[in-house]
Amino acid sequence: MIRFTATRLLSLSLSLLMASAVVFAVVEVIPGDPASYMLGLNAAPEAIIALRNELGLNGSLWTRYAGWVTGMMTGDFGTSYTYRVPVSDLIAQRLWVSLPLALFALLLSMLIAFPVGLIAAARRGKPSDYAIMGITQLGIAVPNFWFAMLLVLVFAINLQWFNAGGFAGWENGLLTGLKSLTLPAIALALPQASILARVMRSSLLETLTQDYIRTARAKGLSRAQTLRRHALRNAMIPVLTIIGLQFSFLIAGGIIIENVFYLPGLGRLIFQAITQRDLVVVESVVMLLVFAVIIVTFLVDIAYAAVDPRLRSGR
Amino acid sequence: MRLPVQLITGTILTGFFVVTVALSFFWTPHDVTILTIADKLQTPSGKYWLGTDHFGRDMFSMLMVGARTSIAVAIVAVGIGMGVGVPLGLMAAANRGSLLDEVIMRGNDLVFAFPSLVIAILITAVFGPSALNAILAIGIFNIPVFARVTRGAALSIWTLDYILAARTCGKRALRISVEHILPNIANLLIVQGTIQFSLGILAEAGLSYVGLGAQPPTPSWGRMLADAQTYIYSDARLAFLPGIAIVLMVLGLNLMGDGLRDFLDPRIRRER
Repeated sequence: MIRFTATRLLSLSLSLLMASAVVFAVVEVIPGDPASYMLGLNAAPEAIIALRNELGLNGSLWTRYAGWVTGMMTGDFGTSYTYRVPVSDLIAQRLWVSLPLALFALLLSMLIAFPVGLIAAARRGKPSDYAIMGITQLGIAVPNFWFAMLLVLVFAINLQWFNAGGFAGWENGLLTGLKSLTLPAIALALPQASILARVMRSSLLETLTQDYIRTARAKGLSRAQTLRRHALRNAMIPVLTIIGLQFSFLIAGGIIIENVFYLPGLGRLIFQAITQRDLVVVESVVMLLVFAVIIVTFLVDIAYAAVDPRLRSGR
Repeated sequence: MRLPVQLITGTILTGFFVVTVALSFFWTPHDVTILTIADKLQTPSGKYWLGTDHFGRDMFSMLMVGARTSIAVAIVAVGIGMGVGVPLGLMAAANRGSLLDEVIMRGNDLVFAFPSLVIAILITAVFGPSALNAILAIGIFNIPVFARVTRGAALSIWTLDYILAARTCGKRALRISVEHILPNIANLLIVQGTIQFSLGILAEAGLSYVGLGAQPPTPSWGRMLADAQTYIYSDARLAFLPGIAIVLMVLGLNLMGDGLRDFLDPRIRRER
């Protein structure tokens, strides 16, 4: 296990290094001169020179890349050109919206998917199974941002239970903050829950055909006991993998959903940065998102190997 | 052999959209490039079957032309994914365990860490927004998906006896890959292609919705939804139609994909 973790850790750092090189290349090398790109066509030459100095663009590519990477490691992401504040402050501020939203949605999707998948598997071939399979099939096909608009229409405009958008802030109390995130989290959770419920069902059905399930039934456990004690645990392994794999969809979904609800999260930050050509912010936020996906993949790998020793020998 | 209900329903739904797109090249009830501000935000009538949008454009015609954008982007993106991913996967499988295999798989992991939205953000930040960005972003995202599926399936075919026979005949890895492996994994690739097609439709809608995809005046379902959001208080009808179109299209493709999988490969027929 230690050896497995060490090799995975090595490949993790390699992935991060490669990913950062790709992001750096796209943002800082392809546009030619980032300073003149950020300032636009009508910029004064003096302004461009000043910005070049500010961004440290006069060094070689290699020193700039090394400086960027070592800076990020110490939490220094540079200074936003438009906001005139450290990018790390901007990100930290926005993370307080984006991260709780993602976790809230993840929690919701699991709370919905697990019982639903379990019921479908337990009632296999019965009307409730068909109903669940039909609804989840629909849930996968619904774009989450459109579902979000429908939620706004029903719960914010017609029923007026929630605000149509904006974020109340955590300083007004945990519940107020959570309330502003409820509709976005539901919208984000729907497709995730549909996929998870289906995976949960098929994984359970597969587990139920195993010999040890028959043994458990033979030694006198009831159907429910067998399901709970033996099938459920084993069926969870593929479900957890899917949760990990779905993480990148959760991130992407969150960025779009933030736009529907005008939430001041990373998504809004990055779209404003694109419009204002604030490449420093774009570069850092993109790197952060990619970093998150890589770390989650790594954690799932480790968790998977911890549960199932057969996987430690590598692929 | 009984045709699965899913396959029939899915094919009918998908076929409906394909026919609509084909038709839109020759005929739409109204011209979507002409703005008739006097007729803006009208409810459905004999003249405008589904009403008009905030520029007085016919919603029915907009949906028809919007389908074109969605399908075109998704098809090209699947093409990019297959065109690059399948050869990479075949190469990796043919040279299993070699440095080449390792490099391809690591490269895959790397691209996999970039969700298509993030790729689109990067491209847009540097080159500015255009419909091409959406195609590229979704296409690049598709590459590792196809490479992985191809490699996995090809590896299991490589262990079969007829491959051994082909090797004994002196066929090289490239020829075996093209003549024996590819035809045998084609079914799997078609199914995966359908899935990526439907994911592509969803991704394109999302990208256009946030302004990273199709640009005005090109009608697209995602952009129509973004416009509709502005009028959600006054005219919610605008928000329903494009959404329903997306759902039906994606649902049709998903049903077709599931149905195809059951139909083409009885071995992996799922528990019902």
